[in-house]
Amino acid sequence: MAVTMNKANLLLQLKQVSIAPKKALSRLLVNDVTLSIKAGKTTCVVGESGSGKSLTALSVMGLMSKQLQLVTGQVLFNDGQSGEQDLSKLDDESLRKIRGAKIAMIFQEPMTSLNPVLTVGYQIGESLTAHLGLKGEALKVKVSSLLSMVGIPPSRANSYPDELSGGQRQRVMIAMSIACEPLLLIADEPTTALDVTVQAQILKLLDELKTRMNMGMLFITHDFGVVADIADDVVVMFRGEIVEAGTKVEVLGNPQHPYTKALLACVPDAEGKKPLKPIDYSWLENAA
Amino acid sequence: MSALILQANHLVKTYTQRSGKFGFSTTLVKALDDVSIRLTQGKTLAVVGESGSGKSTLARCLLQLQPLDSGEVLFAGQDLAKLSGRDLRAVRKNLQMVFQDPFASLNPRMRVGEIVGEGLLIHQIGRPAEQQKSVITMLKRVGLTESDMQKYPHEFSGGQRQRVGIARALVLQPKVVVCDEPVSALDVSIQAQILLLLKELQAEMALSYVFISHDLRVVRHIADDIVVMNQGKVVEQGDVEEIYQFPQHEYTQNLLAAIPGKKATKA
Repeated sequence: MAVTMNKANLLLQLKQVSIAPKKALSRLLVNDVTLSIKAGKTTCVVGESGSGKSLTALSVMGLMSKQLQLVTGQVLFNDGQSGEQDLSKLDDESLRKIRGAKIAMIFQEPMTSLNPVLTVGYQIGESLTAHLGLKGEALKVKVSSLLSMVGIPPSRANSYPDELSGGQRQRVMIAMSIACEPLLLIADEPTTALDVTVQAQILKLLDELKTRMNMGMLFITHDFGVVADIADDVVVMFRGEIVEAGTKVEVLGNPQHPYTKALLACVPDAEGKKPLKPIDYSWLENAA
Repeated sequence: MSALILQANHLVKTYTQRSGKFGFSTTLVKALDDVSIRLTQGKTLAVVGESGSGKSTLARCLLQLQPLDSGEVLFAGQDLAKLSGRDLRAVRKNLQMVFQDPFASLNPRMRVGEIVGEGLLIHQIGRPAEQQKSVITMLKRVGLTESDMQKYPHEFSGGQRQRVGIARALVLQPKVVVCDEPVSALDVSIQAQILLLLKELQAEMALSYVFISHDLRVVRHIADDIVVMNQGKVVEQGDVEEIYQFPQHEYTQNLLAAIPGKKATKA
């Protein structure tokens, strides 16, 4: 029993994952990325735009664009029942059973990721019908409870996305993603488009859900403030590679890599004590 | 006490919004509800608030890009709200804007040289050769090169495009620049560069900024004075340090408490 518990702890392992365009296989957009996520813990991936954060997340779900290809590496997912599976080797049919049910994703743009011509209740219920076969009254009850869990009045189930504010839409996205109680939640900049106050609410909500359902969370962000609030472990990416990884205290408190230091130095603080500094790439020349 | 350069008194702006079944009825939304601000010469006034609080409407109304319902905007003794046509255009030379989205605010079919030089053309400042020269000087000042003049906006990154937007605003040597969330679409690493550039240019060209932002961390670094808006109303205004340390209004306190990373610094 103890052994299985231990194994179940490591929910997801990326092993030496490299991604490149099919037409230029030598140009690695994600280069040799290895990371793991434990159940009930949050791993934050931080980096600038173009550093490969989102691609890494998409590769877990097998949602990469057709022009891209996983060159090497394994995406090992352990759902605690069927042992370790390499998600990158699965066919569409088996992937579909995992997506939404065991691994769910929250996308960056709540404005564009919802279908404008379907009610939010229908969209939340879709995965429940597909994966758990819920129908009729049972489905309605479940959708209502999900909506109230994310803090939206259940009566709004019949609303269309354009009738909701940005923060509410993102809550709907969260309700959709947690509908089937996934083991792993991938959140790709879930709060970037939102106001600070709403952001704080959403982060709190995600943190509570994570604890309550013992989810593992892969959280992608470029905001170190958010990292400080929500992360257990932090992975810093730069130009497709992981430059530093460790616990939050290690990475934020005592950064080792010059890029992490440079990135942390240019984050403005709320007290205004720290002088503003443009990002410093001089270490790149020294390294080369 | 330095002089006031831009003053807005009792601005009111109402939008009508369709509501009810099929949008047959209308409701009025007060985007600006008796808003007054004062911008001191050479200083930065930050306007903060959540989306929907009327920040951007305020920016647009200051420059008369949108008509006001009532109220006055005083610049150099003139009420901008009463001007129109040629007179307004002449004054606008001194009032420029840097827009939020560097991807949407540059015409994709114009070369950067044309984009930056257009203001000079419109205001007929200098001969073509001189215009060319000031465009080049401005581009170099914001960290771009002479050869960038021939390029189109899509050839640049977000940060570079925002530099083009700043060059376009500053080439006319304005007195007041309204920056509507100039860094919120940029990476943290690029944000600091643009903020520093704005600060340097302010010192060099004696600019006064109205800086619209929802990021209180950014505001803390660039602003001298601050106006907090909520639902079209100014709920609190004053000196930056004072408001950050002793926020009086509940809304301001909530905003400050929501800054990410606070929890970690406290713990």
